[in-house]
Amino acid sequence: MLGLWNKLLNKYGYPKVSISLMLVVMLSLAVWLGLDPVELVRSSLVRSAMNSVLVLAMVPAVACGVGLNFALSIGIVGGLMAGLISMELGLRGVLGFAFSVVLSVPISSLLGYLYGLLLNRVKGDEMTVGTYMGFSFVSLMCIGWLLLPFRRPEMIWAIGGKGLRTTITLSGYYDKVLDRLIPLGGLPVGTILFFGLLALLLKLFMESKWGMALKIAGLSPSFAAASGVDVDRQRILGTMISMVLGGIGILVYAQSYGFFQLYVAPLMMPFAAASAILIGGASARHASISHVISGVLLFQSLLTVSLPVINKMMPEGNLSEVIRIIVSNGVILYALSRSSGGDVR
Amino acid sequence: MVLSFGSVPVLELLNITKEFYGNRVLKGVSLSVMPGEVLGIVGENGAGKSTLMNIVFGMPVIASTGGYSGEIRFEGRTVRISSPREAASLGIGMVHQEFMLLPGFSVAENIKLNREPTRPNFLSRLLGERLETLDLKRMGEDSRKALDELGMDLDEWLPVAGLPVGYMQFVEIAREIDKTNVKLLVFDEPTAVLSETEAERLLEAIRVISSKGVAVLFITHRLHETLAVSDRVVVLRDGEKVAELRASEASVGQLAEMMVGRKLERSLRRGRGPGSAGEPFLVVRDLHVDMPGERVRGLSFQVRRGEIFGIGGLAGQGKIGIANGLMGLYPARGEVYKGGKRLELGKPELAIRSGMAFVSEDRRRVGLMLDESIEFNIAATAVQVKGKFLKDLFGGLLKMVDWSAIREHALRCIKDLDIRCTGPDQTVRKLSGGNQQKVCIARALTLEPDLLLVSEPTRGIDVGAKKLVLETLVRLNEEMGMTILMTSSELAELRLVCDRIGVVCEGKMTAILPPDADDRLFGLAMAGEKIQAA
Repeated sequence: MLGLWNKLLNKYGYPKVSISLMLVVMLSLAVWLGLDPVELVRSSLVRSAMNSVLVLAMVPAVACGVGLNFALSIGIVGGLMAGLISMELGLRGVLGFAFSVVLSVPISSLLGYLYGLLLNRVKGDEMTVGTYMGFSFVSLMCIGWLLLPFRRPEMIWAIGGKGLRTTITLSGYYDKVLDRLIPLGGLPVGTILFFGLLALLLKLFMESKWGMALKIAGLSPSFAAASGVDVDRQRILGTMISMVLGGIGILVYAQSYGFFQLYVAPLMMPFAAASAILIGGASARHASISHVISGVLLFQSLLTVSLPVINKMMPEGNLSEVIRIIVSNGVILYALSRSSGGDVR
Repeated sequence: MVLSFGSVPVLELLNITKEFYGNRVLKGVSLSVMPGEVLGIVGENGAGKSTLMNIVFGMPVIASTGGYSGEIRFEGRTVRISSPREAASLGIGMVHQEFMLLPGFSVAENIKLNREPTRPNFLSRLLGERLETLDLKRMGEDSRKALDELGMDLDEWLPVAGLPVGYMQFVEIAREIDKTNVKLLVFDEPTAVLSETEAERLLEAIRVISSKGVAVLFITHRLHETLAVSDRVVVLRDGEKVAELRASEASVGQLAEMMVGRKLERSLRRGRGPGSAGEPFLVVRDLHVDMPGERVRGLSFQVRRGEIFGIGGLAGQGKIGIANGLMGLYPARGEVYKGGKRLELGKPELAIRSGMAFVSEDRRRVGLMLDESIEFNIAATAVQVKGKFLKDLFGGLLKMVDWSAIREHALRCIKDLDIRCTGPDQTVRKLSGGNQQKVCIARALTLEPDLLLVSEPTRGIDVGAKKLVLETLVRLNEEMGMTILMTSSELAELRLVCDRIGVVCEGKMTAILPPDADDRLFGLAMAGEKIQAA
């Protein structure tokens, strides 16, 4: 028994094993408390699909050597901006969503490029700097959302008529446009396929000559330099791809959720994405698409299942939110304490 | 010099032996130094000089690697020095190669650091000695005295930060002689960073110090300096004391010969390289490379097509910088022509494209990605720079890495170079040093170079594997006609495989010698004495 336990730990690592166990406990509790297990699984899948692309955005950042992208909120803001512009133009349905995605790419790329320039000046401290850069940018955009000249009545404050609302509903635009693209028992098939497509594209890129350069730069900067790879350029490229995926990720998230959330909503989103991929078995130096899939499934399922269970057991207060924060931050703390400082010159 | 300070040696080492992980670096070394005497110690890198000093200083590295055997006597009493602090309290001082000075403090503050004279004040009476006021006046006076003894006309209240390097060295020395109880002073390569006139002044200072009854151990590779200042000279080679001479009876040539010694068997070469008939293939003119610790300062040489050209010299003299500069890994300037074409320096990609490949001396950082597979390591550079192992996708829109072609190539390399491993997907970290080095060579050969630069190919490799690596290089040269530029700290191995050997000292090439040249010539060249090529 102990042998099996150690084998599991060695193969999957503490977070993955303990979160899986916790998930099993929660599921059993749910069934015992009389919750509908099928519905729980369904909503777990919906939530996982909703977050999947945001988690995928961590992969290129880790691969190019800048570590987990705690400033993903910058890319998220880029995606939100694109979404709002398409809304302002009155584009709806699949067209509106597609337009938002296409428009978000140049916006997030530009932001990612500038942020990448910054990261090349703070080598070794990317994750610390990134965290605060993300916070600062979100705060800056709180002013931006108030001042930007959007006019559509659904988007701006009803009273006063100026500044964007904190929550903007997408119903009538592209609410659940991917989730319901292929109707199949309430499962978000379209969103899963969209994630699959992006994951495939990322995989192809990583297996190409360019992706290999990115990987080499992340694995060993000195080896990369001696192999004629421009390390700084690869780091910028990796950061840009991460930000672009972050932008697309928030659009996928929003269509499934049904709302754009502005102002401080993007603040903590990078942390949820980071903890998901860490639970999946990634580290600050190594991450793959399989880490994304297993991580997002485990993390989101746990949150989805534990929420009604804890609410039912302890009806007072919102303990489920507390649990979510403890789990996600605990996992980040654990994973970061395990990752070494890396190759810093 | 008259030895009138007593007849008991200040320091006596008896039969000191030290092993590092089964490797004997000191084999029964004995020496002694009298009060007021200057004892010179000379030897190549790895001869055991630094280990010997680490033992005398009780450096933790000695105890943590199993201690030493033999006896140390200080002023006639047997001592076991277990920490630098203990060494200092006995009266052993050391002038370091690297300066241990606080740049923001003044000269006087540095000299008296941690030994400041103090006056009690009312706070210190209340709260203890540590709060006593510094006696700045006395600090200045003491420092002035120490500086005057060294003949230094330097304001004791200047901050250290802006001083020329040479002055910093003197501040270090002033600190040591200011210590009232100092009985033995060790100088470890003190003139390495000094200009010629500063070095002269330093030698003068050493004479002054010894004339006051302090014993001096003077470690250097500059032989004429040793002879100028020492009373006796001890020569170390391969951890053994090979000679002890009176300086007045020794010559530079004699010391050089003893330092190098004949320690090789027959050359590994069957046929010789192209000889003087070979056309110049790599022409280097006035090369400067800014590699920390291995600066190259205006060096010229030529490598002929098809030869193995060796670069030797002591550590820190710049030999390592040459290949790194040519490959563009460190900022470099100068004229380099390869096969008649000018090579732009500072860009590794261009260097590789021009047909050069580099097996780095820093195997674990620059040479390999330790946690990746053998095949990835072998192929990575070729994929990036040469566009090998790629196949088109979407009609050439994306160039995909062809892992099956890489696997095939890696298997061939493993067989050709006899890399001992469980397979091409094994991580390189798990390989032995020798096999890691073979992976590095395979990686370089995959670039299909016509000029191979190899730095320290046998560093950190056990004896058996060393020979295999060297034989591989010879085979490449003789069977495939590869031109090789090989840099090594081990003169013996250069003499085994090279056609010609250039010796580097202080960033310049002091001589280019045939491998069977006299030991004396090699010794002189490494010590920086200009000699005419034989």
